[in-house]
Amino acid sequence: MFGKLSWAAIPFHQPIIMVTSGVVALVLTSVIVWVIVKGHLPYLWREWITSVDHKKIGVMYVILAMVMLLRGFSDAIMMRAQQALAYGADGFLPPEHYNQVFSAHGTIMIFFVAMPFVIGLMNLVVPLQLGERDVAFPTLNSVGFWLTATGALLVNISLFIGEFARTGWLPYPPLSELNYSPGVGVDYYLWSLQISGIGTLLSGVNLVTTVLKMRAPGMTYMRMPMFCWTTLASNLLIVAAFPILTATLAMLLLDRYLGFHFFTNDGGGNLMMFMNLIWAWGHPEVYILVLPAFGVFSEVFSTFSQKPLFGYRSMVIATMAICVLSFMVWLHHFFTMGAGANVNAIFGIASMIIAVPTGVKVYNWLFTMYGGRVVFSAPILWGIGFVVTFVIGGLTGVLLAVPPADFVLHNSLFLVAHFHNVIIGGVLFGAFAGYQYWFPKAFGFKLHEGLGKAAFWFWITGFYLAFMPLYVVGLMGMTRRMQHYDVAAWHPWILAAAGGAVLIAIGIGCQIAQLIVSIRHREALRDVTGDPWNGRTLEWATASPPPLFNFAVIPHIEGEEAYWRAKQRALEQTRLRDEPEYESIEMPRNSPTGFICAFFATILGFSLIWHIWWLVVLGFIGAWGTFVVFAWRDHHEEVIPAETVARLDRANRSARTQRIAELGASS
Amino acid sequence: MSAHAPSAQAHEGYRFARADELHPHDKRVIVGYGFWIWLISDIILFSAFFATFAVLSENTDGGPSGRELFSVTTVAIETACLLFSSFTCGIAMIGAHAQNRAMYYWGMAVTFVLGLAFLGIEIHEFSELIAEGAGPTRSGFLSSFFALVGCHGLHVTAGLLWLLTMVAQVWAKGFREDIQRRLLCFGLFWHTLDIIWVGLFSLVYLVGVAPQ
Repeated sequence: MFGKLSWAAIPFHQPIIMVTSGVVALVLTSVIVWVIVKGHLPYLWREWITSVDHKKIGVMYVILAMVMLLRGFSDAIMMRAQQALAYGADGFLPPEHYNQVFSAHGTIMIFFVAMPFVIGLMNLVVPLQLGERDVAFPTLNSVGFWLTATGALLVNISLFIGEFARTGWLPYPPLSELNYSPGVGVDYYLWSLQISGIGTLLSGVNLVTTVLKMRAPGMTYMRMPMFCWTTLASNLLIVAAFPILTATLAMLLLDRYLGFHFFTNDGGGNLMMFMNLIWAWGHPEVYILVLPAFGVFSEVFSTFSQKPLFGYRSMVIATMAICVLSFMVWLHHFFTMGAGANVNAIFGIASMIIAVPTGVKVYNWLFTMYGGRVVFSAPILWGIGFVVTFVIGGLTGVLLAVPPADFVLHNSLFLVAHFHNVIIGGVLFGAFAGYQYWFPKAFGFKLHEGLGKAAFWFWITGFYLAFMPLYVVGLMGMTRRMQHYDVAAWHPWILAAAGGAVLIAIGIGCQIAQLIVSIRHREALRDVTGDPWNGRTLEWATASPPPLFNFAVIPHIEGEEAYWRAKQRALEQTRLRDEPEYESIEMPRNSPTGFICAFFATILGFSLIWHIWWLVVLGFIGAWGTFVVFAWRDHHEEVIPAETVARLDRANRSARTQRIAELGASS
Repeated sequence: MSAHAPSAQAHEGYRFARADELHPHDKRVIVGYGFWIWLISDIILFSAFFATFAVLSENTDGGPSGRELFSVTTVAIETACLLFSSFTCGIAMIGAHAQNRAMYYWGMAVTFVLGLAFLGIEIHEFSELIAEGAGPTRSGFLSSFFALVGCHGLHVTAGLLWLLTMVAQVWAKGFREDIQRRLLCFGLFWHTLDIIWVGLFSLVYLVGVAPQ
């Protein structure tokens, strides 16, 4: 009846897991009860859960990422604590639990923190920057988000029911095959990634079409803000790379469920094929993550240096060059496979070549600041911290791209330090910069500046303290994923790294405090005009938060930095341009399709993991039925009357007119 | 600088677009374009399975190879079914465009029957192989063969489900604009399955039985 599921699946004998699960369950239940008792449920359902508004979906992506960051970071703290204690001792995590912790940490941080964070920012900002009313496929967008949430939910369910994979964040066979991992851990990993992977692919298709086909009139390619270019590159990579992940994980699933021989030791399988396939996705994946971060920094450096981005054209070329090159370097993840000197040399050189366009970008950012009047606000602090940190990470990357050096450093903590150096210093700092930068656009008030700066300083010092020692122990020969060790020379460095994790924890604490303080003081932090940073791109041309339809009248773009020019003109003439004629606007209607579809996908995934076949059939029929019901809908759009459009736009115009008058009086 | 001669240097940022400059009704283009992007991703999915097949095609683990297993005659009939179904699918799409219900229904009906025949032959081929002891668990070669051909078969199955849904939609709602857009996507999907099958037929079956 319930397949492999029984009471034995719940780890009653493991106090850490039981207490954690208890606390999580308590928090979740109390939030849900609070929402219902306070009567917020209809509001949540109407305004968020069924929303197909790209801005709200973007916000939900970012919320998902931040919640999962807490989960992933608690795994990190446990790992650092374990290694700090496990010098010549057992520590507090038994090996089978420790292996699950590092596997869950990597999986969560990449798929459910970094990915939703950058996809959320792209969703929120790109249609605004391109002068669009919505993305190309709004309902599909909602489906994509909720499928991602399903994946995250399944990973978290594994904490309490059953176990998670013990195979690392990429389940290398033969360890991940049924013979060596007979439990449900790898299945949790595989199904949650398959489901959220579909969500990511849908989001990629959607954003590519949005950038290529939906731009406002006059918004030619070379007038697009840099963030839109990096979004395009990143989503092209999603479209090209994620199917490979889906296929690879499907093959591993066939091996595990039906006894196929793709990656097995016996039966003519070829396990090195898994490394090739997974990294043919995996290397583009790191650029899927970091390119949007590059875009955020381009916007941030330009805005807070109060001048146009230096070398816009070279930036576009560098972005697209990285987009193409990222598919040609996957083999550097396993130089030790033994493909031969020539193959290794080619991939080593290709990997070093990527440093060229990246270097172009770094100089462009520096020259953007050069000669500018830099406002040292929290977003640009993340930016400056990024440039310094990312260059170090890039240099150790070039070192790892040298095959003979890689043979020494492969799978050592030097490697671990390298990729944390680029992912924290690049992707995460970029996400935090974007969070602080676009928060007022999303919610209509700024985040507290002082706490934002404090968070930055704790994060960056914490980062250096946590990861520079790992470079050292890596060079001393310490391999990754060690549950215990007995080399005295490593111990002090590992203790230092644990101290770094504590500093990062304080940084996260500052970010939580920042959010709470900012919400409490939102009236004082209110962004009245919709342009709190003296911005240059179109998202600042509309109110904060923008109305459902983004722009009362679609702008016709006449050149680069369209909003900046229009603003200068308004300031010179000390008046806004004349009020346009308002017309009614058609916007897509809300739809619960995404949520219901994800509900069935959760059931489907869970029952596949536990081999509950009748429930698999039900889940599948439910998901298909949801789409058919959606397809039967007769009215896809709702009309916002011209009076409403006029009322909302006039409110923003009067705020801007007042600001122009203030600036005119003070100058 | 007069307002009639805007230059790149002197532009004033943006103005409000006139209604005739907007193309809100290009939805057909947007939907078709997005679906093409998705189809490309689907083709990449197949390319991963093709690559796997190429790597594993010699790994027979002492079991049978393609030369001993494949019957080109059966596969030729299969191929004919699928290629002809693309033609009838095209007829149905012309019928939908002309809002000719009889032509649409007949076209879709024949497409469905041909698709079902294709699937039937494939399932028959699979069950015979499994009965002979040449199932997917026999060797890496057979694993990759079953996965590649089966993945295509699953796509055809999904296509047939979609086809039935679209027939029901036209029956219930008529040739509405949004339904026409979905039919455009369905047509693209069905033809893509053909293209993939041509690759499959050539690289798996024809190369598989070629004398060495």
